[in-house]
Amino acid sequence: MRDVAIIGVGMTKFGEHWDRSFRELGIEAGFKAIVDAGIESRDVDALYVGNMSGGLFLEQEHVASMISEAVGFTERNLPAVRVEAADASGGVAFQQAVLSVASGIHDTVVVGGAEKMSDLTSIEVTDAIASVADRSWEALFGATLPSLYALMARRHMVEFGTTREQMAQVAVKNHYNGARNPYAQFQREIKLSTVLNATPVAEPLGMFDCAPISDGAAAVVITTMDKAKEMGKDILVRVAGIGLATDTLALARRKTFTSFPATRAAAERAYKMAGVGPKDVDVAEVHDSYTIGEILAIEDLGFFKKGEGGIATEEGRTSLEGEIPVNTSGGLKARGHPLGATGVAQIVELVWQLRGEAEGRQVKDARIGLAHNVGGAGGTVAVTILEVI
Amino acid sequence: MPVPRYWRYQDQRYNLAGSRCTVCGTVYFPQRPLCPKCHRKSLGKMERVTLSGEGRIISYTVVHDPLSDYEHLSPYIMALIETPEGATLLGQIVDAEPDEVEIGKEVEMVFRKLREEGKSGTIQYGYKFRLKG
Ligand SMILES: [Zn+2]
Repeated sequence: MRDVAIIGVGMTKFGEHWDRSFRELGIEAGFKAIVDAGIESRDVDALYVGNMSGGLFLEQEHVASMISEAVGFTERNLPAVRVEAADASGGVAFQQAVLSVASGIHDTVVVGGAEKMSDLTSIEVTDAIASVADRSWEALFGATLPSLYALMARRHMVEFGTTREQMAQVAVKNHYNGARNPYAQFQREIKLSTVLNATPVAEPLGMFDCAPISDGAAAVVITTMDKAKEMGKDILVRVAGIGLATDTLALARRKTFTSFPATRAAAERAYKMAGVGPKDVDVAEVHDSYTIGEILAIEDLGFFKKGEGGIATEEGRTSLEGEIPVNTSGGLKARGHPLGATGVAQIVELVWQLRGEAEGRQVKDARIGLAHNVGGAGGTVAVTILEVI
Repeated sequence: MPVPRYWRYQDQRYNLAGSRCTVCGTVYFPQRPLCPKCHRKSLGKMERVTLSGEGRIISYTVVHDPLSDYEHLSPYIMALIETPEGATLLGQIVDAEPDEVEIGKEVEMVFRKLREEGKSGTIQYGYKFRLKG
């Protein structure tokens, strides 16, 4: 296998882009990443696109070809692949692209992630998102995606004494970070009481425990480490480890409701490939589509013992100044969560952190970064580890 | 949506028909043609079992942001139910106020309408749960 480097990153601001189409968002992110890489469009061999549901959000499938054309790759009839793994589509697309370069099939590849959600009404979005749960055994019975996370949140509270305030602190921290990220959908700090008093969505989770409805796109350019070195880049970011795992589509068919076994499996694979452990990670982007999701993640990734994620958050151990800063970008909660774009945006943030370009929210001496991207209620998890060399 | 999508699951949704692997004894709901623990050894060794419909609440939530099909019921209660047979079920708790629902309380299955497909579409039925006693 060949070593793979990330040489360019870019993204649109996340938010409600009423005036901009899916195509335009994809073009902006892709263009920025290619310019950042210092390459020309003709240097690219293939395109990977993470997109959860062009079908449900835009009535448009076949989006790999669509984006390939939009960014000009159809001039050379380049290969383009759309990857779907619910809201882990971006993270999985990135890993598939890495495999294509590592294998020797391609040298230089663009990975984009994009979603346009704001064309639907709020209840239509709830229906669309529920399609990542088990349609026949969860959604048909009335389960929404937040309701599944709420069931886990309540279990976590009962088993480990996690408090409502500790979960709310995840949102407070991520809004604090988002206020320092010019690409974030919400760039303002919030108070704990705002989270606690918000309109309920699925008890105990309220509006401020949930990631928003977002439009946006993110893109990265990867190539072989040899090529990256030839280009004379000052800072080389290497893809040190990738891990992918699946679990039952329906929550009820699992043995645990306070952990994502797929996070544990994906992390174990990524740590093993990278030759590092949780203590070596300097900065992490984790999947906080719901606040309880971040608590599960920081436990399942091994940053904290099972059951101690809530208190660790409350004590500030995952804040910008903490021992392991989590979601410096603002996370899904404040940066926004355009489903298929999220996993790629996590990689973009980590690269900025590792290159020392995360102005206003920079983690000092960040050498190793970890991205954790979840599909649905844990049916897919992608964990990627990057390092500066 | 064509009706077969729903009637093919009727035995499971109406009668709580699951599968038991006679090799290792594990009970699955919904039904499976093979046991994921025993693989091909379980071929032809899966038997139909009917869950009793009894169980215990292990977690619950009150849904305020419903799916469009369930907007008329909002807010409604969803729960994870641990059954004595070993399978865990997800379903709605009906005929109860949210403050009556607690982890550990016993429930029993009731047969109810789940949803209607549009104004003139088909109606799907299936299991829900109510508090016992
Ligand atoms: Zn078996």
